[in-house]
Amino acid sequence: MAEKFLMPKLSPTMEEGQIARWVKNEGEVYEAGETLAEVDTDKATMEMTALHGGTLLKILKGAGETALLGETIAITGEKGEDISALLSEAGSAASGRKNGDSQRPAEPTQKEQASPTPAAKSTPAEGAASGSSNGRGRLIVSPIAARMAAENSIDLRTVTGSGPNGRIIKRDIEDALSGKVPSAKPETQFSFTPSTQVGAAGYRDETTSQIRRVIATRLAESIGPVPTFYLTVEIEMDSALALRKQVNASISEDQKISVNDIIVKAAAMALSRHPFVNASYQDKHIRFYDQADIGVAVAIDEGLITPVVRGANRKGFVEISGEIKSLAAKARAKKLQPGEYTGATFSISNLGMFGIKEFTAIINPPEAGILAIGGAEPTAVVRNGEVVVRNIMHVTMSCDHRVVDGATGAKFLQTFKQMLEQPGMMSA
Amino acid sequence: MAILTIRDALNQALREELIRDENVFIMGEEVAEYDGAYKVTRGLWKEFGDKRVVDSPITELGFAGLGVGAAMAGLRPVIEFMTWNFSILASDQIINNAAKMLYMSGGQFKVPIVFRGPNGSAYQVSSQHSQALEAFYGNFPGLKVLMPSTAADAKGLLKSAIRDDNPVVFMEQERMYGLKGEVPEGDDFTIPLGVADVKREGKDCTIVARSMTVPLALQAAERIQEEFDVSCEVIDPRTIKPLDIDTIVDSIKKTNRLVIAEESHEFASVGAEITYQVMDHAFDYLDAPIKRISTAETPMPYAKNLEELALPSVDKIVAAVRQVSYL
Repeated sequence: MAEKFLMPKLSPTMEEGQIARWVKNEGEVYEAGETLAEVDTDKATMEMTALHGGTLLKILKGAGETALLGETIAITGEKGEDISALLSEAGSAASGRKNGDSQRPAEPTQKEQASPTPAAKSTPAEGAASGSSNGRGRLIVSPIAARMAAENSIDLRTVTGSGPNGRIIKRDIEDALSGKVPSAKPETQFSFTPSTQVGAAGYRDETTSQIRRVIATRLAESIGPVPTFYLTVEIEMDSALALRKQVNASISEDQKISVNDIIVKAAAMALSRHPFVNASYQDKHIRFYDQADIGVAVAIDEGLITPVVRGANRKGFVEISGEIKSLAAKARAKKLQPGEYTGATFSISNLGMFGIKEFTAIINPPEAGILAIGGAEPTAVVRNGEVVVRNIMHVTMSCDHRVVDGATGAKFLQTFKQMLEQPGMMSA
Repeated sequence: MAILTIRDALNQALREELIRDENVFIMGEEVAEYDGAYKVTRGLWKEFGDKRVVDSPITELGFAGLGVGAAMAGLRPVIEFMTWNFSILASDQIINNAAKMLYMSGGQFKVPIVFRGPNGSAYQVSSQHSQALEAFYGNFPGLKVLMPSTAADAKGLLKSAIRDDNPVVFMEQERMYGLKGEVPEGDDFTIPLGVADVKREGKDCTIVARSMTVPLALQAAERIQEEFDVSCEVIDPRTIKPLDIDTIVDSIKKTNRLVIAEESHEFASVGAEITYQVMDHAFDYLDAPIKRISTAETPMPYAKNLEELALPSVDKIVAAVRQVSYL
């Protein structure tokens, strides 16, 4: 039976492939394992081999042409078969894409036929069904979410998982179906690779979707080059203060941690759950960092500098505290190396110690956001119908609207707030 | 409908069945002249006399064996264990004789016997007297295992157990004997074995509970409704074996989440079995890993505070529901 031959995934990060040359010509018969074509991917020129024998009936993407992952590049089958139906199908799929209604690769609906190595055989469809590797770490999906996604033809890579470890759960699919989450969002399941060596954050670039580009252009036209909006939240700091007291009770004087150290850790942990906030708008693509490198604003004589705590999400309070102390000392002594104050993925500015209750901070491009931390003040609040005194801290996040939307930022702040109000979450 | 304690509902069931069928008799420690250690058999010896309500020596293996023999000979014994903890002494009679007689005699001898008594924890009765043995007995083919959680269920299920032609392990709960509930009138009120009961309807999360954890689950459900506006469906299988998995699966198809609350230890528990069966029948409907609340993996501590910590609680169930509901 004639089948569409789809552009296979030949590298873990491949989004599209360019046909370098066809090794087999139209009409040629091939055996399983034979190379049909050579394809340039983002990584290298790969041999595209046949998984089973057949005849190359029609080449749809010639040498030099580019096809998205899962796009039909040829028709295979047996000699003399009628392929007109498949041809028109492939044709209409291509024209549909030209209309610009989707930047995402068409989901391969047929069994993949070729692969450079068995290991690279996994298709997005398999990922959807079983949560297997999609090249960027495992997609974790609850069974019913997987089923609902399949029934509604939702690409799970476009869904943000709100469960533990980024698990995609029923609620996320319902949100996607009701349009709460823009369907053009790339995969946001996000796990940090544990590492003892913490250098600058690695990243992956994902092609900027059409919708994202339009949002970016229009918002930038409206407000300067970085269209910024602000979100403010009140956070009850009593638990974090208690945590600080508890930690400090058992360590030496020079190791004692500050509230700011806890805030840095909380922000880093929250970032690890909200990749869109730990990202950077780069016009053609959005850069997602795979660890949270937090720039901590430090006032110096000449103004201000933001030394960077690398991989703060993987560090403990004491370690973070020690680093900030030594970086701040270096900053004041003007001995910071460029690598120590550039390349943060997110920043925090804390003016609480100056008696500032609430303020807004300016984003340090190309980061997507900055937190402006006010002082925690005893405040009369209502809890369970009674007026009680709690230490309330005002936090305002400035968000780059080109990459962070209102709800995205709000969800991040929600997590951040939760981390501080229930500090146990930071170790969860 | 009359409002009865579980104790009195059980007493009614026994009395009605003693009247209904002259082959029914009760035997156990202190069941006759003393009216039963927990007064479940109150007044029955006076009413029915020595032949129908029999005080046994303190010999669990002996009187359980007497019961099996009597059942083989055509009587319908109801054997009371002062607690199921003491049944461990008699477990050879229950497991090797009662459960297997019909099979090993090629169908010649049925054993219509009920073993009953309180199961699980009481109030600070420590390690040897607080065990929940339903998983143990549920593991052996040939035994039916019942665990009522309300007065009506206690009465209806005990009457059905006595009328059943197979050995039935009937597990009560000492902490629950005084719980009151409506019980339908009439001698003919029975509840079929193997049918679960939805104790509370809900749409967001299923809680499967039995015996003592049913009232805890209902309280947890109320609290979750109030605090999070999440509605829990509470299902009581009532019969542990044969298990009515269909009712549980139907509920999960609606809620996509399951919390199991049980008083037994967790390893190889009935909750573990339910978890497997749900995975087998409803995997594609789950939105979260199943969460289970069991008694801590420790011999039951005597100290009151530690006992409370070891046992399932409303708080623990609430926390589990929040976890599976991503709240």
